[in-house]
Amino acid sequence: MKFNKKITNLLIVLISALALSACSTAKKSGGGGSSDVYSGSATVEYLASGVKDRVFFATNKSGLTTASRDTLRKQASWMRKNKKINVVLEGHGDERGTREYNLALAEKRANAARDYLLTYGISGKRISVISYGKEKPVNSASTPLAWSQNRRSVTVKTK
Amino acid sequence: MKKIFYILVIFLFKINIAYSLIEVDITRGNLDPLPIAVSPLHVDPQSDDYKDAKTKELGSLISSVVEKNFKSTGLFNPLNKDAFVQKPDIAHLKPRFEDWSLITAQALVTGKLLIKDEKLKIEFRLWDVAANKEMIALAFTTTPSNWRRVAHIISDKIYERLTGETGYFDTRIIYVSETGPRTQRIKKLAIMDQDGENTKYLTLGNELVLTPRFNPTNQLVTYLSYFRNLPRVYLLDIETGIQEVVGNFPGMTFAPRFSPDGKKIIMSFAKDGNSDIYTMNLESRLVEKLTEDSSIDTSPSYSPDGKYICFNSDRSGLQQIYTMKSDGTSTKRISFGDGLYGTPVWSPRGDLIAFTKVKGGKFYIGVMRADGSGERLLTENFYQEAPSWSPNGRLLVFYRETKSGKNGEGFTAKLWSIDITGYNERELKTETDASDPSWSSLLSK
Repeated sequence: MKFNKKITNLLIVLISALALSACSTAKKSGGGGSSDVYSGSATVEYLASGVKDRVFFATNKSGLTTASRDTLRKQASWMRKNKKINVVLEGHGDERGTREYNLALAEKRANAARDYLLTYGISGKRISVISYGKEKPVNSASTPLAWSQNRRSVTVKTK
Repeated sequence: MKKIFYILVIFLFKINIAYSLIEVDITRGNLDPLPIAVSPLHVDPQSDDYKDAKTKELGSLISSVVEKNFKSTGLFNPLNKDAFVQKPDIAHLKPRFEDWSLITAQALVTGKLLIKDEKLKIEFRLWDVAANKEMIALAFTTTPSNWRRVAHIISDKIYERLTGETGYFDTRIIYVSETGPRTQRIKKLAIMDQDGENTKYLTLGNELVLTPRFNPTNQLVTYLSYFRNLPRVYLLDIETGIQEVVGNFPGMTFAPRFSPDGKKIIMSFAKDGNSDIYTMNLESRLVEKLTEDSSIDTSPSYSPDGKYICFNSDRSGLQQIYTMKSDGTSTKRISFGDGLYGTPVWSPRGDLIAFTKVKGGKFYIGVMRADGSGERLLTENFYQEAPSWSPNGRLLVFYRETKSGKNGEGFTAKLWSIDITGYNERELKTETDASDPSWSSLLSK
């Protein structure tokens, strides 16, 4: 029994050491903090088949990733096909920043998405923007995963 | 609340200024709080409805409000009333100082009250026990329903006499009351007395409201509301309940504060992904743009003389604190430590700027001089922000979220205060969860 316990402890130490090193390498490979952009699809909804409704951002950043540009191009072509649809872009931040700065940052994120849609031929009249700062998280946990899911710009159809 | 508070007469009996009298030094963390005895106020038997328990107990109620105020400062140690030997009326007339010094009291507060014809007459005295001397004697006349405010004013007078600083007890705090789960949080504007009493809700919770701030000169409040899903800065008169949008901006306005003279609102306006700082004169409605930078400029706060503004900007790449002249010139970065800096707010004394710092996954409330030197971090936690100054510039109130659950899904948000010495950190009791506190000026100036 004692022996088993020792092994378990050792394993825990090993696993946490691995987890730590994974974290630090992830940070390095990302280059400039773009590593913590959420790339999963757990929170993503679809505007139409194959058209994701949201793009994600790195901590304290408002730049679009390659994946985000791809999503927005699909949104643009969907909007071109559906001329009557207007959208609102809802910008959000994570809870790890001050409230007022997050309001500004989330507005900047939604506008980054808007600017990209504009370059793909969507009229500015069809797009409005609202910032919710960190007020409306999609995942209420306090983990790096939750924060990455909350740093987002969501394209929502208006009626 | 609607009733206008009035003090009919303030008699200044006499103030003895003697060199030997007790003083409380509040410039360092006070590890040795001054023992003070607050005798229950004697209720005059000639009072109307003297038999009524409410009247009879008023003397003890007032003294316990005063005691609670003193205790909250960390500078005073109110002594247990069970040990008091002298009766309130006799002590008020002429304390037997030997008795009070026996229970280690260094200061003694006595008083009496009379309710006659819907008027409350209160008189109190502060005594220096060791010097056998009266330090202050004051009398007030007001309506009986104002007894709490009188208790706060008495506390302020005693605090001022003993510390040499302006008091802050006759004040209110406006904040955002929070209920419900994180993803569907309901937020309302709420206001309470500084000691947590008299909570009132000013909005219904139908729309998101954030960052209320008091006008330093009157009872107006400015805040951010998402009314009709248009985030805009609003002005609210808390006496009349009348609200109006500030200015006519074609986009989000946020992070509002008043100028020290109360005549302007300074705030951010976000346009096409760029937030800059603007002022609007509330009389002339004149709008002025103060920053012109492609980065985020927000959280502006005036110096108390109105000549400078500190604000938050990421023009260097990350969130830092800057100052500029109030016309928008002479911009200077003042924060240079490791980490991010946000929510700068200028002390009403002018000497310090309080801020939130984010470093290594922790949030700190700190202060620095207006030129950025002398940075001191007062408190560290997982998440806390938004300091607001007490009107005398000695304390900060801020809010803190405490996580619970394996992944921190659960949390509570509470208001906390801390002395700028870094001592006396304590939670302010609120009826609900609370955030974004703003401290009013003294109500009776």
